[in-house]
Amino acid sequence: MNDSARAVEFRNVSYRLDDGHALIHGLNLEVLRGETLVLLGRSGSGKTTTLKLINHLLRASEGEVRVDGRSTREWNVIRLRRMIGYVIQEVGLFPHFTVERNIGLVPQIEQWPSDRIRQRVQELLQLVGLDKELASRYPRELSGGQRQRVGVARALAADPPILLMDEPFGALDPITRAELQREFLALQRRLQKTVVFVTHDLREALLFGTRIALMEAGHLVTVGAPDEFVNSTEPLVTAYVDAFGTDFNYNKKRGRS
Amino acid sequence: MNVWQFMAQNHTEVLELTLEHLWLVGASTVLAVLIGIPLGIAITRWPSLNKPVLGSANIIQTIPSLALFGFLLPAPWIGARADRLAILALTLYALLPLIRNTYTGIKGVDPAVVEAGRGMGMTDRQLLWQVELPLALAVIVAGVRVATVLSVGLATIAAAIGAGGLGEYIFRGLAMVNNQLILAGAIPAAALAISADVGLGWLEKRLSPH
Ligand SMILES: Nc1ncnc2c1ncn2[C@@H]1O[C@H](COP(=O)(O)OP(=O)(O)OP(=O)(O)O)[C@@H](O)[C@H]1O
Ligand SMILES: [Mg+2]
Repeated sequence: MNDSARAVEFRNVSYRLDDGHALIHGLNLEVLRGETLVLLGRSGSGKTTTLKLINHLLRASEGEVRVDGRSTREWNVIRLRRMIGYVIQEVGLFPHFTVERNIGLVPQIEQWPSDRIRQRVQELLQLVGLDKELASRYPRELSGGQRQRVGVARALAADPPILLMDEPFGALDPITRAELQREFLALQRRLQKTVVFVTHDLREALLFGTRIALMEAGHLVTVGAPDEFVNSTEPLVTAYVDAFGTDFNYNKKRGRS
Repeated sequence: MNVWQFMAQNHTEVLELTLEHLWLVGASTVLAVLIGIPLGIAITRWPSLNKPVLGSANIIQTIPSLALFGFLLPAPWIGARADRLAILALTLYALLPLIRNTYTGIKGVDPAVVEAGRGMGMTDRQLLWQVELPLALAVIVAGVRVATVLSVGLATIAAAIGAGGLGEYIFRGLAMVNNQLILAGAIPAAALAISADVGLGWLEKRLSPH
C-alpha cells in the first residue's frame, strides 16, 4: 500500500515517561484515508496516549508516527495540529469565550475574515444540532451534552481532513448519547473524514468503526473490521466482547446470541 | 485639639503628603507589575528559573525595610534622591506577590483547556495571550492587591530616609511623643490601604473566570 492511502501510521512506536516506564509498547498501526478507526480498550489501556502521539502533544520515545506520509517530528507542529481536529476527553471548552468564539477559534487563528467565521459557526451549530441562539452563551451556561456538541463543532471548524475524537459522547445519559451517536453517524457519512475514535464502549465501536483496534496495557491486541472483531478467538478480544454480553447485529459464531 | 481638627487646619499639608505617598506607592506598583508579571510568565516557560527567581524575591522580602533603604543608598542615580530610593525599595518588595501570583495563576488554568488550545494548533504566544493570561487575570490582580496594600504600609517608613509621604507625620509624632500627629499620618494611610484593598478586590471579583 502506498503512502497516500495512509493518513496516519504508527511504526513501532513506544512512549515512555521520564522515569522509563512505558505507556505504549511497540505500536504498529495504520489509519487509512477516509476510514474511522476505533481505538477500543478499558480505562488506562493507552487510548488517549495513542491519540496524543498523532498530533504530537506527546513525542514518541521510539519509532515514528507518520501523518500524511511524513514523520510528526518533521512536521511544523502548528501546521500539523491545525489540519487535525481534536475533541479532547475532558471537552476543555474555553470558559471565557462564548460558544461562537470557542467554535471559531481555529478559523480565527488562521485569520479567516470575521464574516466568514460567523457564517461557518452558524453552519456548524446546525451541523451538530445546536440552536443558533446558543452562540452567545458561555460554556458554563450549557448542559453537558451541549458542551460535547460544541467540542465536536470546534474540532470540525476549519474542515480538517483528520479528526481525533476522545470519547466525545462520554458521560451522557443513554438517550442523549444514542441521539448524538446517530447524528454523528450521519455526519461521518457525509463528511468522509479520516477519524480516529476512542471509546471503551463496544457498541459504539461497532456502530462507527470501519475497523476496530483493541488496546490493553499499552499494547495493541488486534485490529480488524467489526465482524472479524466480534468473531475473533483472541482471548483478550473475546473477554472484552463477552463483558458486553448480548447481540450486536453481527452473527457471532461462537454460539451465544 | 483633636486629630480631626489638626487635619482640617493642615489640610494642604495632609493632601500634599498623601499625594507624595500615592506617588511612591503608584510608581513602585507600576514598576513591580512591569517587572513581576513578565518574570512570573517566564518561570512558567522555563521551569529551571523558578527556584532562583522565586527564591530571590523571597529573600528580598525578608530584608527589614530600613536595612533595604540603607543597602540601596550607595546606588548611583538612585541614591541621589530619596524618593527614587524609596520607589526602588518598594518595587523590590512588591515583586514577590506579583511573580508568585502570576505563576500560580497561569499554572492554575485548567490543564484540559490548555491542552485543547495546544492540540488545536495555538502557538505558545496565542495560548498565553488568549487563554492563560485572561484565565489567570483574577489571581494576578489579587497579587497586585496584596502588593499595593503592602506598599502603602511600607511607604510610611520611606519618610525615615526623607522620601516624604504620610510617614512624615508618623515619625514627627514619634519624635514629639504626639499621638495626634501619629494618627494624622496613620489615618489617611489606613484609608489609602483600605480603598486599594476594596477597589482591587472588586476588580478581582469581576475578573474571576466564570
Ligand atoms: N503523564 C502521565 N504520567 C504518568 N502516568 C500516565 C501519564 N499519562 C497517562 N498515564 C498512565 O498511562 C496509562 C494510559 O493512559 P491513557 O490516558 O492513555 O488511558 P486511556 O486508555 O485513555 O484511559 P481512559 O479510558 O480512562 O481515558 C494509564 O495507566 C495512565 O495512568
Ligand atoms: Mg483517555
